[in-house]
Amino acid sequence: MEWETVIGLEVHVQLSTASKLFSGTSTEYGAQPNTQASIYDLAMPGTLPVLNTEALRMAVKFGLSIGAEIGKKSVFDRKNYFYPDLPKGYQTSQLDYPTVGKGELVINMEDGSQRTIGVTRAHMEEDAGKSLHEDFHGKSGIDLNRAGTPLLEIVSEPDMRNAKEAVAYLKKLHSIILYLGISDGEMSQGSMRCDANVSVRPKGTTKLGNRTEIKNINSFRFVEKAINIEVERQIDIIEDGGKIEQETRLYDADKNETRSMRSKEVANDYRYFPEPDLLPIVIDDAYIETVRATLPELPDVKKQRFQDQYGLSEYDAMVLSSDLASANYFEAVVDTCDDAKLSANWVMGDLQAYLNKEEISIVNSIVSAKVLGGLIKRITDNTISSKIAKTVFEAMLAGEGDADSIIESKGLKQVTDTGAIEKMVDDVITANPDQVQQFKEGKEQVIGFFVGQIMKASQGKANPGQVNKMLKEKLSK
Amino acid sequence: MINLGLAQISRALGSGEFSSVELTQKYLQEIAKQNSDLNAYITVCDELALSQAQAADEARSQGNAGPMTGIPIAHKDLFCTQGIRTSCGSKMLDNFIAPYNATVVENFINAGTVTLGKTNMDEFAMGSSNETSFYGPVKNPWNRDLVPGGSSGGSAAAVSGRLCAGATATDTGGSIRQPASFTGITGLKPTYGRVSRWGMVAFASSLDQAGTMTQTAEDAAMMLNVMAGVDPKDSTSSDRPAEDYTADIDKPLTGLKIGLPVQHFSEGLDATVEQCIRDAVAEFEKLGATVKEISLPNSHLSVSAYYVIAPAEASANLSRYDGVRYGYRCENPVNLEDMYKRTRSEGFGTEVKRRIMVGTYALSAGYYDAYYIKAQKIRRLIKNDFEKAFQEVDVIMGPTSPHTAFAIGSKNDDPVTMYLEDIYTIAVNLAGLPGISIPAGLLNGLPIGLQIVGKDFAESQLLNVAHKFQQATDWHEKSPV
Amino acid sequence: MSIELGDVENIAHLARLHLSNEEKQEAAGSISNILALIDQMQSVDTDNVEPLAHAFDAVQRLREDVVTESNQRDELQKIAPETEEGLYLVPKVIE
Repeated sequence: MEWETVIGLEVHVQLSTASKLFSGTSTEYGAQPNTQASIYDLAMPGTLPVLNTEALRMAVKFGLSIGAEIGKKSVFDRKNYFYPDLPKGYQTSQLDYPTVGKGELVINMEDGSQRTIGVTRAHMEEDAGKSLHEDFHGKSGIDLNRAGTPLLEIVSEPDMRNAKEAVAYLKKLHSIILYLGISDGEMSQGSMRCDANVSVRPKGTTKLGNRTEIKNINSFRFVEKAINIEVERQIDIIEDGGKIEQETRLYDADKNETRSMRSKEVANDYRYFPEPDLLPIVIDDAYIETVRATLPELPDVKKQRFQDQYGLSEYDAMVLSSDLASANYFEAVVDTCDDAKLSANWVMGDLQAYLNKEEISIVNSIVSAKVLGGLIKRITDNTISSKIAKTVFEAMLAGEGDADSIIESKGLKQVTDTGAIEKMVDDVITANPDQVQQFKEGKEQVIGFFVGQIMKASQGKANPGQVNKMLKEKLSK
Repeated sequence: MINLGLAQISRALGSGEFSSVELTQKYLQEIAKQNSDLNAYITVCDELALSQAQAADEARSQGNAGPMTGIPIAHKDLFCTQGIRTSCGSKMLDNFIAPYNATVVENFINAGTVTLGKTNMDEFAMGSSNETSFYGPVKNPWNRDLVPGGSSGGSAAAVSGRLCAGATATDTGGSIRQPASFTGITGLKPTYGRVSRWGMVAFASSLDQAGTMTQTAEDAAMMLNVMAGVDPKDSTSSDRPAEDYTADIDKPLTGLKIGLPVQHFSEGLDATVEQCIRDAVAEFEKLGATVKEISLPNSHLSVSAYYVIAPAEASANLSRYDGVRYGYRCENPVNLEDMYKRTRSEGFGTEVKRRIMVGTYALSAGYYDAYYIKAQKIRRLIKNDFEKAFQEVDVIMGPTSPHTAFAIGSKNDDPVTMYLEDIYTIAVNLAGLPGISIPAGLLNGLPIGLQIVGKDFAESQLLNVAHKFQQATDWHEKSPV
Repeated sequence: MSIELGDVENIAHLARLHLSNEEKQEAAGSISNILALIDQMQSVDTDNVEPLAHAFDAVQRLREDVVTESNQRDELQKIAPETEEGLYLVPKVIE
């Protein structure tokens, strides 16, 4: 039988506010345990929440970026359960009246195709603390620094049909979040976390199969692996005549398997009810428009502009616009050198290769956009050839300075002096009568040989265009 | 000296009749004598009180005294006090010393009052007789075999027994007004949101409101002047500006329209209590008020709705007591589950556990709509009833309680009997309105309270109405001491 | 409506309360009585009534996004049952 996979993602994004969702405690990452846990975060008796204005603004900003309905009246609820990293014994979240309602996200697949994925809702809630399982004489240690950090939980429709789509969705979400500046999106630090709801059904049917929720997927790569392995597991079970248990499963990246979370086995009854310590959040059109005015150009719009304004291919435009830092870098390069296509090639080619090799992000590149632009400018004004440019770039990576100083100090300036080139051309022609003969007999490709010889003689500095032109003139005589 | 009311003390301190230190010593001596029997205080702060009194006297000598400077008061033991135990009447918080002050406490410190101690209460304010306290029942100063009412029984007994000039208290379903009624004092529950809840241990967040226990309405106005106002730390505190609640206290009552809800003068009301209330209403007529009958048709459902909403909110509010970060933890837990369950079972008393379970049940899957949502709808109907009534009248009057104080131990068999104690007070909390109970008579030597309910944020008017009555009568001067 | 022992066990577990058999019996009885009181609500038709969560129509105030709290760990952990290296200790958490 052919199977169809159905995937929905719940993505938790830590909002990059300075203080927590309901208290004035710092949210900075990496502090000593419990040094960022004040009396509200510790659920001391009589302490009360007050909503962080910035968290609300960020949530609305996200909603507007995906064309979602914005809840004019949103309400916080208490979600009740006991866990040592949940100090109040309830998580303050939003159930029936989330700040962000239905919206949608267009995802871009590697083959250039696009799909629209529905976003059911996005709501604000508090993050929990952390349980550290290192051995404290058989006990666990609780760090509540993270407790109360604002999260935006973005829930998708079960619209994805394979793991690659799930990854594309997550990447698009990541891209938008960074564009909006509402989170650092660092999956490795837990700033963005993903749970996947996965089920399978016979192809052609519409009824959803029993789903499992896979937790703890903390990289793009693992999303794909975890979903694929889970789909395989589910199909195996069904084909063996079994049934899928509706449950929460944990992805173990080391073993590349999902396993049942025993602690979550008992059916939870969260007993949601409206949080009486907070009043309804009422926002008006004026507020929404104020936030809308702060929306940056978003990836899809930027991609189109890159095609229109710079004449980039759809693929290049997509790659460059998917990451805000790359897009900004690219435009800064163009600003300096005024050649968009060459800029795109360099950013996506040599620069990207270097970034990949060093595993650093573009903002930390040793070669700044201005410096790279300076290099490209020397290609377009014929100071150096593309080939020499690679040498210069290597020197830049070695920290030897900008293009002009490297060209200068290494004497890499292209030879454009007609007299000098003419002498080299004459010398080569004189030294290779056989090849001249072949050319005259109509074997025109031999011209490549002459060019190579001249470039060699000039240590690559002769302007290839000029060399070509002059060779043809002289040989045709 | 200690028989004086708060306003009288303020004047006496102002005129130099006695010092705050002298007065504080006198109260502390009296507490030392009485408290082992009355059990009104859980914690007495001798040293702190004397040092505050000394500071107050010094401030006064330098000309820096306000109306509340040097006045010895007590706080119900659910207002967090930095450095002093805040037990909430529970074993769970028996060892809890808050590292912060409640806004109410902070305001009184800033006003220069003296903190005599923390008063006894029903555990987590759940009770109507002060018998659920981990620290034992409080006795009624009028007759020590009787309860003082609850949950603010300690504050009521302390004021009534002249062990402080005034006390803070809280009212979720009648916890200020009913004990005030049982002990012959003035108990004011302000409008929901008038006084900050920051630092006040929560029972039912949408109903809890801090208020005052004093001898007179004028005393209450002076205390409210310290307590009322918006608090940026409490999202539910009202940003409507606070008033000077003493400013209009003496206004004549000519033209005041009083409504008497038929439902509060029906079956179940002690006949003598009813007569007493009607006599009090007649007194208001003499003062220029007019009286008409009104109806609060859904008031009989207030107890039912309350016992869904309050336990539901409480069940979540009390989840934080888990033995992890502060408070009680059971001995040698074998695993996490065991720690939670034994900590909470050993730390909470029977009534608290019962209400947590009722609330948990009302919120659980399958019952949420039938109980919680239904109760919120009833709450709307009850609020609508009041809004309609207040289109016709200025204040609503009736008995605070159907009877006078009852014997300790007499109502412990069935919780429902105890819950019905608050039959006249609970609707006021559901609607968020201000209410006051003032002494209006005696039955067999025991005080009877008149409840006056006002429109939202009409505290000034309530206090004015109560004050004019107290000018015309002397029930509030009757004392067990 | 009355509740059974099984219901009591379920809600006691949800609320993380341990009850002895005797306490369960007592709870089943007294909670049933309370539910009978509560059930009086059902006598009123509330089909078109909007639930009321807060007494007044006020709306949420917002707090500026500024850090106002400083590290008070030592002070706050003085009242904790068990801590080590700045962490609150609890019996082992099993996932």
